[in-house]
Amino acid sequence: MWRYLGRRLLTSLSVLIGVSIFTFLMLHLVPGDPVHALLGRQAVTPERLEELRQELGLNDPIPVQYFNYIKDVFQGDLGRSLKTNRSVLDSIKEQFPSTFQLTIVALLISSTFGIFIGTITAFSHNSWWDKILSIVTISGISIPPFFFGLLLILFFSVKLNWLPAVAKSNDPQGLILPAFTLAIGEASWLARLVRSSILEEFDKSYQWTARAKGVRESTVLFYHVLRNSLIPIVTAISLQFVYLMAGSVVVESIFARQGIGRLAVTAIQNRDFPLVQGTVAFIAVIYVLINTITDLIYAVVDPRVRLK
Amino acid sequence: MNKMNDFRHGQIPKPPSIFDLLMHNFNFILGAVILILLVLIALLAPMLATQDVNSADPTATFIVPNVNQWMGTDNIGRDIWSRFVFGSRISLLVGLAAMVIGMLFGSILGIIAGFYGSLIDSVLSWMTEVLMAFPGMLLALSVMAVLGPGLTNVIIAVGIGSIPSFMRMARSSVLKTREMDYIEAARTIGCTDFRILFRHILPNILRPLIVLATLGIGGAILEGASLSYLGLGAQPMTPEWGSMLSAGRAFLTNAWWVSVFPGLGIFLAILSINLIGDGLGDVLDPINK
Repeated sequence: MWRYLGRRLLTSLSVLIGVSIFTFLMLHLVPGDPVHALLGRQAVTPERLEELRQELGLNDPIPVQYFNYIKDVFQGDLGRSLKTNRSVLDSIKEQFPSTFQLTIVALLISSTFGIFIGTITAFSHNSWWDKILSIVTISGISIPPFFFGLLLILFFSVKLNWLPAVAKSNDPQGLILPAFTLAIGEASWLARLVRSSILEEFDKSYQWTARAKGVRESTVLFYHVLRNSLIPIVTAISLQFVYLMAGSVVVESIFARQGIGRLAVTAIQNRDFPLVQGTVAFIAVIYVLINTITDLIYAVVDPRVRLK
Repeated sequence: MNKMNDFRHGQIPKPPSIFDLLMHNFNFILGAVILILLVLIALLAPMLATQDVNSADPTATFIVPNVNQWMGTDNIGRDIWSRFVFGSRISLLVGLAAMVIGMLFGSILGIIAGFYGSLIDSVLSWMTEVLMAFPGMLLALSVMAVLGPGLTNVIIAVGIGSIPSFMRMARSSVLKTREMDYIEAARTIGCTDFRILFRHILPNILRPLIVLATLGIGGAILEGASLSYLGLGAQPMTPEWGSMLSAGRAFLTNAWWVSVFPGLGIFLAILSINLIGDGLGDVLDPINK
């Protein structure tokens, strides 16, 4: 167990280092001089350019710049937005609660619907229900969130006037449409995963042993089959949290909602590099952390993982 | 019943071929029909379009869909059906081109990593894992931040975003293939690494890669359209479904058709590929059927 733990943590650390290199290099990969990328379309004298280069340390060798960048990150300094001159970390702190709220509600919706539909289709597999729901879930995976969100607005805001189309962050009613828009793809995906993991367990011989011992059918299904198929499902749900967070990029723009996703998109549109680097790295770091924690929990729950 | 009779008469029934199975798979057929229709629309676009995609008519703005203008007109009087028809070309092209880029570079990296192993493999695998730490569209978005807006850049960004999955697939296939006896034989008779890689290994691992690329087109269309929706891809004049939908949002209350039809186009394109993928999955891997 300890060896597995050590190895897993080491892998995550190396990925985190990679993420930091990637986000650091973003600015240097932009064609042309990084100072121009930072200044955008502003016109400045060559003297001012040189001054800025000195100021931002862009004249240092790239490895030195990287180590300075890491040093700043560890001191909680992610740089300042070029547009608003606000600290990137402050902006992220300010916007994150809104995205977190949306992500959690969407996660609740997607896991409830996903597990429910997945279980129904698995237990009634090859029936008409299964076939109809399979087309429903494929459609759910295929529908672009910006189109689904638009349809929801069209029906529930424009036609029925039940729910607001523009989501204010502290209005629970305004959360419903964005959360469903964000959840539909992941819910459908989860339903298919639940279906196939249950069906896979159906084929295993332990349940025939249980039946042979005279265990009731409902006990076999709920106690044996469902429990064993839960392992991959729980992993999937924990990773969905991050996928939903990444999905907020589009969904927050549809509903003009505050949040990390919208922050990232506006930063990219404005070519506001410190803000882009900050938001992108933030989501990636959360992804790596959740991935690591999930793997470790997995190893505790299922001893087979540790031996690989 | 027929099969029972076959058994009784001492004949062994022929197992159905993959093609037969696919022809009896509802999802596959539905997907294939939608895809063929979309491809036909894309190919015949100049014949199907009733107007020039950018001919604006200030006297005919926001016309409700009718017999002459099947999909109505937009805020400056452009015919949406004509724009829809040409838009199919762009969306399908973005999906296809992005997958070609992803498959090409991902496979090369994966083959090198799998074949040479050791340090090269570790470095390349580490790079893939780093790229995979940017979930969903985040990788493509980061690339867009570097490249700047534009339709070509969307194709490159979505393509780069798909490199990790191709590289993983190619690497694991090479790892399995390189231990085969015929590779050993090729080495014995003095084939160069290059020849072994591209003459002996590549043709044998191509099939799963092509399947991955085909099924990835749906996701690539989605990512491309999302980037355009966010205003990073096609310019407003270009009839691209994602940006058409985005431009129509402002008129949602009085003219739903401006954004709903392009959205429907994107949805159907992705749906068709996913239905085909689902059908193939059922037939090739019948356990979950």
